[in-house]
Amino acid sequence: MATQAHHSTSRRDFIFVATGSVAAVGAAATVWPLINQMNPDASTLAMASIEFDISAIPEGQSVTIMWRGLPVFVRHRTQAEIDEAKAVPLADLKDPETDEQRTKPGHEQWLIMIANCTHLGCVPVGDSGDFDGWFCPCHGSHYDSAGRIRKGPAPKNLVLPPYEFLSDTLVQIG
Amino acid sequence: MSEHSTYTPGNGLEKWLDERLPIIRFSKEHLMDFPTPKNLNYWWTFGAILVMCLAIQIVTGVILAMHYTPHVSMAFDSVEHIRRDINGGRMIQSFHAVGASMFFAAVYIHIFRGMYFGSYKAPREILWILGVLIFLLMMATAFMGYVLPWGQMSGWAATVITNIFAAIPVIGTPLLELLRGGFSVGNPTLNRFFSLHYLLPFIIAAIVVLHIWALHVPGNNNPVGVDVKDTKRDTLPFHPYYTMKDAFGMVLFLIPFAWFAFFAPDILGHPDNYIEFNSQVTPAHIVPEWYFLPFYAILRAIDFNILFIDSKLGGVIFFGGSILILFFLPWLDTSKVRSGNFRPMFKWFYWLFVVNFVALTYLGAAPAEGIYVLLAKICTAYYFIHFLVILPLLGRIETPRPLPTSISESVLGKAH
Repeated sequence: MATQAHHSTSRRDFIFVATGSVAAVGAAATVWPLINQMNPDASTLAMASIEFDISAIPEGQSVTIMWRGLPVFVRHRTQAEIDEAKAVPLADLKDPETDEQRTKPGHEQWLIMIANCTHLGCVPVGDSGDFDGWFCPCHGSHYDSAGRIRKGPAPKNLVLPPYEFLSDTLVQIG
Repeated sequence: MSEHSTYTPGNGLEKWLDERLPIIRFSKEHLMDFPTPKNLNYWWTFGAILVMCLAIQIVTGVILAMHYTPHVSMAFDSVEHIRRDINGGRMIQSFHAVGASMFFAAVYIHIFRGMYFGSYKAPREILWILGVLIFLLMMATAFMGYVLPWGQMSGWAATVITNIFAAIPVIGTPLLELLRGGFSVGNPTLNRFFSLHYLLPFIIAAIVVLHIWALHVPGNNNPVGVDVKDTKRDTLPFHPYYTMKDAFGMVLFLIPFAWFAFFAPDILGHPDNYIEFNSQVTPAHIVPEWYFLPFYAILRAIDFNILFIDSKLGGVIFFGGSILILFFLPWLDTSKVRSGNFRPMFKWFYWLFVVNFVALTYLGAAPAEGIYVLLAKICTAYYFIHFLVILPLLGRIETPRPLPTSISESVLGKAH
């Protein structure tokens, strides 16, 4: 067939490939909305930003607040905790970050972090572990007083949400 | 091995049907006359028991779905409503929950049976692969079903297991949000898990049909692992010989099933699941149901970075690998002899593997501290060494014992 009708075969091949391509693009375009419906919906996205008054948290205490359905630790650190975190050499860290990178300038006493362990998402327990910070008993990850991973299976430091200080007592998260 | 059926339609209606949809002929060939090796022991009964388990889960599940509410504010209470208010709801709920455990107990026996007697070897590779696929789907289904009561263990199981996907580089976080339908495990997650938990058992049922089809082309393996040579001497028709034997096995299996369901319906679960899900507080020990513990131990065992792969992704790779490696078992075992009965060295390593698997189960439930962490690493390493080193080597260095010349000879002795 290829030798007898070479012209019509190549023309047919072209139509074949062109039709197939259009069908593939069409199928992909049809499938996308069927997958995209699973992404966070408008009502979820609408809850993406909150404001929080930190004035009620005494030094040395933490609160856990809800943001995007995730727990967030807001810790009012003591000077001792801050000094301890600053004294750690970067070489000791699994995920090297300085204490300055973990806080906002002028607000070093406030540590605000998403409370899910970076291993598998459990919520670590405060004021515990080997490094004066947080400990996740589920799989054994220890975090220091800047929320940095020091020991255990978690690969990263506790994640910082996007946030800014609107005033000395009001924080906007998200 | 399937022979042409001897079925002749008995009456006018059967004849009319046979020319249009030969379903009676099919049933006769595959459920009644199907030639089955006459030396199958009771380990082979678990195939039939598993069909029964799937049927129990589908029937009780369909009924539970009539009373369950897949919403974060009502799911927990609706399960309690089923257990307290619905007529007979307490029984139906425990049949379903206990049924999941019994299903996994049976499937583990079925898999280990296959591993001992070499049921994965040629010409049954596709049969084995379909089986592993069913096992994977069972795990997904059981996991999503476990989330539905929306207790502390449910919600945190969903959080931990979906978090596995966040380990994938680059696309991890967007993929996680796509799977959860939000930034955290919430109502969209519960809704879709309910929908998929209802769907997957029917897909499992469809693959079970393929699994049985792939069984009926080469025919059953058997305890001596020798092919059927003479259908007349080596086999028996499936009905009534194996239908009755399987029915007896089912009755025995239903005794522990009934004991759990009637006397201790909650003993296999974790008490924390009777606390409603709270996304702000993690239970001190997150443990999955017992049937996931070996794989959970492997997931936790990797707490160190491997080159550029961090500990989290590493754990996920080993966790996934521990199940996916089963797909390659037919090619990892290089021995020509099927049955472990005739492989003196394999026998020892097989039982060592079983002990190691039980140890992983224990370690999956142990806290991640002290000696348990080290033991989990050793057992994880041995799990992979068994498949990747021991099995390929054994086939080359082992001298198997002589095989019987036929199934009939192995049953009746040489004189026949």
